[in-house]
Amino acid sequence: MSTPSNTALQPLDVLAIRKDFPLLSRVLHGKPVIYLDSAVSGQMPVPVIERMAKYERQEHTNVHRGVSTLSQEATDFYEAAREKVRKFIGAASAREIVWTRGATEGINLVAQTFGRMAVKEGDEILLSAMEHHANIVPWQMLAQEKGATIKVIPMTDAGELILESLDELLTERTKLVGVVHVSNVLGTVNPVKEIIARAHAKGIPVLVDGAQAVPHLKVDVQDLDADFYVFSGHKLSGPTGIGVLYGKLAHLEAMPPWHGGGNMIRSVSWEKTTYMAAPGKFEAGTPPIAAAIGLGAAIDYVTTLGLDRIAAHEHELLAYATERLSAIPGLRILGTARNKASVLSFVVDGIHPHDVGSLLDGEGVVVRAGHHCAQPIMTRFNVPATTRASFAYFNTREDVDVLVSAVQKAIELFK
Amino acid sequence: MTDPRELYQQVILEHNKKPRNFGKLAPCTHHAEGHNPLCGDQLDLTLVVEDGVVRDVKFEGSGCAIDVASASLMTGAIKGRPVAEAEAMIEQFRGMVRGELDPATQTPLLGKLTLFSGVRDLPSRVKCAILPWATLHAALKGEEEASTE
Repeated sequence: MSTPSNTALQPLDVLAIRKDFPLLSRVLHGKPVIYLDSAVSGQMPVPVIERMAKYERQEHTNVHRGVSTLSQEATDFYEAAREKVRKFIGAASAREIVWTRGATEGINLVAQTFGRMAVKEGDEILLSAMEHHANIVPWQMLAQEKGATIKVIPMTDAGELILESLDELLTERTKLVGVVHVSNVLGTVNPVKEIIARAHAKGIPVLVDGAQAVPHLKVDVQDLDADFYVFSGHKLSGPTGIGVLYGKLAHLEAMPPWHGGGNMIRSVSWEKTTYMAAPGKFEAGTPPIAAAIGLGAAIDYVTTLGLDRIAAHEHELLAYATERLSAIPGLRILGTARNKASVLSFVVDGIHPHDVGSLLDGEGVVVRAGHHCAQPIMTRFNVPATTRASFAYFNTREDVDVLVSAVQKAIELFK
Repeated sequence: MTDPRELYQQVILEHNKKPRNFGKLAPCTHHAEGHNPLCGDQLDLTLVVEDGVVRDVKFEGSGCAIDVASASLMTGAIKGRPVAEAEAMIEQFRGMVRGELDPATQTPLLGKLTLFSGVRDLPSRVKCAILPWATLHAALKGEEEASTE
């Protein structure tokens, strides 16, 4: 497991941070909530909730509409949030930031615009063996429509992609590569920069699913040279219903619009309609304005904490949890890659993950039990499901201790 | 809210560890496979029905403790019963775990199976308890597959 090398970092003041998350004071089944499920959805800190509430109370109207002061103000806040996203992921221009409902919608948008242009009968789309359903199904739908095939980059038992075969998998028929930056099941941080460089050497564009990456590590889309990069607001301490598609401007300009409607047009007549330039042409209809502003506030919040400090804190928790859980007889951790972030999946001999999940819930410990929308990974490791703990900057070593003792209690009960 | 831990009573844990009537009947008169897409639970149920009576029943498969214990207890409860009674039990069990029937007064055929009544307060686990019964329902109707989807 890699650890950030900068040891001079000021540690996070976690106790102060926790005061920004009222949910952490809740009691479930008589026990304090231990929230170890940020990979499912992050919690929003109070400043984000309040920023959205302020917008709804005092500032709300539509954006890009008319000349009223209110509309101009709302548009300014909304576009300022887009600029915050640009800076956060190191994009060259805010015109490369398209608002979506989430990572899933971003991938569907690319599949149904860029994908439909680029992929023809007999072509190939290359995905990794550890994709979330969101980065599988849209490509299967496209492949079925076009008569194309999906190929898969395999992985080791540790949960690392096998890149020796990558150059053979990248053929003259490969029209796009889709790869997850951080696996939501295994926690693996994939070497996306290397994968992109090798795909680009053959002129093949790459889409990166960054839903689990942006909350935990500094992402620079220009340094990665990603063609497309998607993520969701709600995993980044922001609200649901908002997400981001980054696309290189040249791609976005060449792509046809997706949804039609208001907001995305320059002019409409019965004879001919012309479209806005990117990103406007991909943003039909009234957007989730408060959610976009909320995501901007969430970016401010995590930026103020510092992603390097967040990463250091979470790495320490992950290492501690890995050490403590692996010491439990009969418990097996899935995903032992050298470079991991914030996610810990495990199975326990003789206890189904759903029973583990229910019993942990009884102890106030919130985890995810299931296939994590990644059934091919379950098949790869021959398990029906896993129990997954995921860590955020507000978690503590004590949270890990409660998790470990709850797992031990479950094992005891099933003896 | 019910504490999920209350569901894991000794009877359920014991039947999970040592399921009764585990295996496959060959030949059989009725057969169905059950799937719970949420958990990946799967169940293969075989029955021998003669003269309108369930003479024998076995199940195979893998799943959570609630699912396995439910299948184990169900097979024990329906063996030797007329099919019409087994069908009435299906309705009573479904009604009980969905909270529509009161286990104290409205599920007379279920006997000790009422220990699953706590599932009604854990919506995410109701499907686990129902899967064996849904599979039995499919098998008796001559359907090959049941799903709790």
